[in-house]
Amino acid sequence: MTETLVPFDEVLERYDPAFGLEVHVELNTNTKMFCGCPATFGGEPNSQVCPTCLGLPGSMPVVNAKAVESAIRIGLALNGSIAEWCRFARKNYFYPDMPKNFQTSQYDEPIVYDGYLDVEVEGETFRIEIERAHMEEDTGKTTHIGGATGRIHGADYSLVDYNRAGIPLIEIVTRPILGTGAKAPLVAKAYVAALREILLGLGVSDVRMDQGSMRCDVNLSLSPKGSDKLGTRTETKNVNSLRSVERAVRFEMSRHAGILDAGEAIFQETRHFHEDTGTTSAGRPKSDADDYRYFPEPDLVPVAPSREWVEELRGTLPEPPAEKRARLQAEWGYSDLEMRDVWAAGALTLIESTVAEGASAQAARKWWMAELSRAANDRGVELAEVGVTPAQVAEVQKLVDGGSLTDKLARQVFEGLLAGEGTVAEIVDARGLAVVSDDGALGAAVDEAIDAQPAVAEKIRGGNQAAAGALIGAVMKATGGKADAKRVRELILEKLA
Amino acid sequence: MSDLILKTAAQLADALAAGETTSVELTQAHLDRIAAVDGDVHAFLHIDAEGALSQAAASDARRANGDALHALDGVPIAVKDVLTTTGLPTTCGSKILEGWVPPYDATVVKKIKAAGLPILGKTNMDEFAMGSSTEHSAYGPTKNPWKLDRIPGGSGGGSAAAVAAFEAPLALGTDTGGSIRQPGAVTGTVGVKPTYGSVSRYGLVALANSLDQVGPVTRTVLDSALLHELIGGHDPLDSTSTTTPVTGLVDAARAGATGDLKGVKVGVIKELAGEGWAPDVMAKFNESVDILTKLGADVVEVSTPSFQHAMAAYYLILPAECSSNLAKFDAMRYGLRVTPDGDPSAEDVMKASRDAGFGDEVKRRIILGTYALSSGYYDAYYGQAQKIRTLIIEDFKEAFEQVDVLVSPTSPSTAFPLGAKLDDPLAMYMQDLATIPANLAGTPGISVPAGVSDVDGLPVGVQLLAPVLEDARLYRVGAALEGAIGPVLSIDKLEVAR
Repeated sequence: MTETLVPFDEVLERYDPAFGLEVHVELNTNTKMFCGCPATFGGEPNSQVCPTCLGLPGSMPVVNAKAVESAIRIGLALNGSIAEWCRFARKNYFYPDMPKNFQTSQYDEPIVYDGYLDVEVEGETFRIEIERAHMEEDTGKTTHIGGATGRIHGADYSLVDYNRAGIPLIEIVTRPILGTGAKAPLVAKAYVAALREILLGLGVSDVRMDQGSMRCDVNLSLSPKGSDKLGTRTETKNVNSLRSVERAVRFEMSRHAGILDAGEAIFQETRHFHEDTGTTSAGRPKSDADDYRYFPEPDLVPVAPSREWVEELRGTLPEPPAEKRARLQAEWGYSDLEMRDVWAAGALTLIESTVAEGASAQAARKWWMAELSRAANDRGVELAEVGVTPAQVAEVQKLVDGGSLTDKLARQVFEGLLAGEGTVAEIVDARGLAVVSDDGALGAAVDEAIDAQPAVAEKIRGGNQAAAGALIGAVMKATGGKADAKRVRELILEKLA
Repeated sequence: MSDLILKTAAQLADALAAGETTSVELTQAHLDRIAAVDGDVHAFLHIDAEGALSQAAASDARRANGDALHALDGVPIAVKDVLTTTGLPTTCGSKILEGWVPPYDATVVKKIKAAGLPILGKTNMDEFAMGSSTEHSAYGPTKNPWKLDRIPGGSGGGSAAAVAAFEAPLALGTDTGGSIRQPGAVTGTVGVKPTYGSVSRYGLVALANSLDQVGPVTRTVLDSALLHELIGGHDPLDSTSTTTPVTGLVDAARAGATGDLKGVKVGVIKELAGEGWAPDVMAKFNESVDILTKLGADVVEVSTPSFQHAMAAYYLILPAECSSNLAKFDAMRYGLRVTPDGDPSAEDVMKASRDAGFGDEVKRRIILGTYALSSGYYDAYYGQAQKIRTLIIEDFKEAFEQVDVLVSPTSPSTAFPLGAKLDDPLAMYMQDLATIPANLAGTPGISVPAGVSDVDGLPVGVQLLAPVLEDARLYRVGAALEGAIGPVLSIDKLEVAR
């Protein structure tokens, strides 16, 4: 079936979008949700398993208190209420990546409920209501061998790695988000970005969308313009980058509109998202009657966090990212645009640390946003992983401020740092980058330049100080750019006075 | 035959301590007894002669060395096949786990190994502990050593029969709705269901997690107390495990043996002594009540009206939990795998394996539980059952405000003939009428031999119930009753040859 995609602008002429996001976040606890196995990423397949996370007969779960703590902190950071008493439930269904054939999750008694997050898109603020956040365990990872699609159907056999089975997950679920109109794709993206920033600030997860430690399911429906009834939704699973969240919303809006325009009904189903094309394809049918036969997990005692503990955890929350950004912007004197760029580049924390190490906010921004951003782009890595630390940036800037490096030389130091040539001092030394300010050595170069360009020297003697530029350039060339240009000018003027 | 097998666990412990025998010698005596009679009784699914003897030799070496020993060090034990054991198969009486050797020991198994009790083998049981006669074992039924054409009770018929047939002085059972107490009653042995959570369930292959409990099967109340104290206590691997220490049980059994029950208030449960109870069972029960009065106990009648709904609630909660527990047996990772002809999908393999691997009773309960949990039915069935459970807990609370312990017959009849109730699941379920309320409420219970029926000469049990964590009361009253009634089980009365 070929799909008729309605151009995005036209969708909005006839339909209102509603969307909801379910974000799964893997917590970075040392051990798994219900056993003592390491919860680290990677490792030889099935090397981080025990009877409990393998679901062997007779094994029993025990709740990871650290995961509960993380869930509570997340709930508080999302302005949510923390349940005084809640339970785990079993979600029963058969799948090879789930060793017990039920997932231990929370159902009607989530630990966090009724939160919200304000996100800003192009100067407009949208309040995203969070219905709930609940704890659950991750499943194992299956690799289906043979078959064209890489899916279980048609595969010759499947390999299962249970290292990930039992890693603690938090699922954060929004209420349907209405009234965003043309901004729907951007609001969706901004929400996930804001959520990611909060989780990063809390230190509860690596929030690596590319590694699956943060995964997003996008529910979307369209209703005829002006209607107050939600349309039939589709659920696009495992969208794993911020850009893809935006694209998935945009694509599904266009696709839904095509079907509705043709007078047909949307089929409630899950959809797969394709990173390469930005499109979705049909997954499995999904009805509201999916029967997971939930019931309270009898092997686990209820979770009843004391109010004292909750308040104690509230005290550990970092400053909310939006407030922190406003404060830093004021402190640093950045323009709105500069601040937005810094944030978008993931440089905020790096600049903050660089400033804390003694550099000025302007200098810190200059290095991170120019030299280092370019290097990160070239290497295809996050700015934080480019290989230069805030302390190093501050150290280089100190040398510039002290006059022993020029900006141009400083760039060479960064080049050395990025190439892994050693510490700042080692690179300055090895590359011979220190500014030449010894008057003797400079004096010789100045004399040479004057001798070589008598006409220019004459002009300067005649009072045309602007002509000194040509001589300065010659000296800089002769010293390989390491001369202190200000001192060179002074020497030229002294000699030709 | 060595007379060592006639001794109780406490007597064997004394004999070992006095140097009158060795663990190897008495373990061998029990292995010989197993070799002689288990062909008839079929109490064991797996016998580990080599392992038991090497554990016995290690115990003797410890004793010779003067190392600190547990009171039961060197006394052999049999373990129900629902508890995981390294190096020994754990099948739960099911084809679906045929040949599975777990990579870990259940916490209770770890404890008995650490205390130095040689493990003779794994005992037969109804498949996944579903049944009241051990006829639902995929490996054939166990016979009652008193009369080989009779059932030994269930689901722990193997453990009870092993102890009753003098094949083992001690055994571990599990009790989800009466599977230790009811087999105890019909084989003339002592069976205890401890307070829920006071003995670790880690390594117990779950039937119904909120009801299951591991407990002792022995020939005397004192032996049960010794074993119960050994296996009890907090386990960080079991989140429902209580932190209250399990102590004072042996002392209580010894105190009870003096026969003085002055000041003890005993309540006869009105709802568990009337219609539906065999007259010969009621006769023996009434004699026990008279004895309690003679020993100085203050006996009154107590009403627990919600108990009449216990069976209905139980048969919704149990299948619900077991339908979920048994989902892990999908032929993908361990156990039986049946591959249909042609080009079967993973789902086809799963279906064929589960069809071949599970017996009728297991399938019946999976279907019941799946239905009870289905959306639209949950509130009508599972939800209602949980409400009844709450009412039963309330009934117990009210009753225990009036009395210290409650009494009833353990089982409505003596051991019935093999096959008699096999085609009538409801009739089979009725066997656990009296024992189920304790599982729903988490309270402890014991079955003590009350004598033999005047009709068929088979044993009758009396059940004592106490409030949560008051297990010691059961041992005190149980030991007093046992002392006054006198020995019920003796090897000469058994149909199994001496």
